[in-house]
Amino acid sequence: MSKVRVLVGTRKGAFILTSDGKREKWDVSGPHFAGWEMYHLKGSPADPNRIYASQTSGWFGQIIQRSDDGGKTWHQPGTPPGEPVAPGPPKSESNKFAYDASDESGKPLTTHQWYDGTQHPWEFKRVWHLEPSLKDPDTVYAGVEDAAIFRSTDGGQNWKELPGLRGHGTGPKWQPGAGGMCLHTIILDPSNPQRMYIAISAAGAFRTDDGGKTWKPINRGLKSQYIPDPNAEIGHCVHHIAMNPKRPGVLFMQKHWDVMRSDDAGDNWKEVSGNLPTDFGFAIDVHSHEPETIYVVPIKSDSEHYVHEGKLRVYRSRTGGNEWEALTKGLPQKDCYVNVLRDAMAVDTLDKCGIYFGTSGGQVYASADAGDNWNPIVRDLPAVLSVEVQTLG
Amino acid sequence: MIRVILPPHLRTLAHIGSEVTLEVEGQATLRSVLDALEARYPMLRGTIRDHVTQQRRPFLRFFACEEDLSHEPPDAPLPDAVVSGKEPLVVLGAIAGG
Repeated sequence: MSKVRVLVGTRKGAFILTSDGKREKWDVSGPHFAGWEMYHLKGSPADPNRIYASQTSGWFGQIIQRSDDGGKTWHQPGTPPGEPVAPGPPKSESNKFAYDASDESGKPLTTHQWYDGTQHPWEFKRVWHLEPSLKDPDTVYAGVEDAAIFRSTDGGQNWKELPGLRGHGTGPKWQPGAGGMCLHTIILDPSNPQRMYIAISAAGAFRTDDGGKTWKPINRGLKSQYIPDPNAEIGHCVHHIAMNPKRPGVLFMQKHWDVMRSDDAGDNWKEVSGNLPTDFGFAIDVHSHEPETIYVVPIKSDSEHYVHEGKLRVYRSRTGGNEWEALTKGLPQKDCYVNVLRDAMAVDTLDKCGIYFGTSGGQVYASADAGDNWNPIVRDLPAVLSVEVQTLG
Repeated sequence: MIRVILPPHLRTLAHIGSEVTLEVEGQATLRSVLDALEARYPMLRGTIRDHVTQQRRPFLRFFACEEDLSHEPPDAPLPDAVVSGKEPLVVLGAIAGG
């Protein structure tokens, strides 16, 4: 019997929601790490019991947590719980994200553009996104603020920056969006282990074809009101990118404004906002079995950050964009003013495909029929930052 | 023997109670006490001082004997009452909320 496990990160802890393949009755466990901001949790595709979590705090900084039993117990990699403490040098480096300033990196960057146009030193703040390897449970990537990508190959115990991204020639022109200069999206190409996509607010999307050594901006076709140059290579506020693993060359993007698609691995983008009531938003995802079926949650505007017309509507396109239908059954259609953040939507791989999203109001909604009908799994969690789904068994 | 009181979130992280006691070799300073604390509880590395710069995190402060030691040099000797264990060194999180 198949099962789904939904990993929810919130402003005040993590929650794990589990159900069988019917996805009607749910068990809720948590809060884990009560009181901490849980930016992201994600399970390893190679070992579903292995889950990585980013635990952060304005007071205490960054903690990486790991579970090896599907979220029942957690520990900081390198510092298992209950292990006798011993004198001597610390063992755990799992919280340490030090930018690579070595000569070997070739271009040790020290500054990026600040809000006022001056140069500002790179300062690590938090991990926004954790992306476990498709093949190796001990390999995991971290997207961080200020924007950079790190990799661990020992289960999260030690982290090394892939400096070729930050060392890309445009680095000094990168600048933060309102939420900080975060690397929030990491997509691994299952057909090509050397290829990865990342996205940064507000620098844009980048791709590597050599396993992370070198990167190139992939923003051709993006138009942003605040950038005078219509051919600007970087500076775009990409909110999220989604890909169906069965068709890795096709990408869908929710930009600050505009929903975009690329059919050539990001080399060129075209707008597919079509009849959306507003094309501002954060979350975007692709149906697991229908690669032309995509989902967004339109948000009224960048100055309001809540859904349009007080109605919580997921929009689905079955044509890869341009033609969109509102999905409303089971979702509040009046007096609703929540937001859905970039990492707060996910899909399972069951048939029919399940769609999940979490809101700033603490609801996590699930549809077990590809979006036709929705039900809240929980209604009153802290504000939801991220939602990921594991399909088990 | 030095007594250290940590904020609740760090106690949870380190699986400890309200107060820890540490043996510190040599002169007791903010740096040597925090080094000893992190050596015994490695999971606290980076949570009180930045991993790279070793600077105190902005929203944490150090108090002892009713005095704010947050801006003292890290190698300044701690008060005698802390060294003797009569008074604890308190790591305090800034209060915030609405």
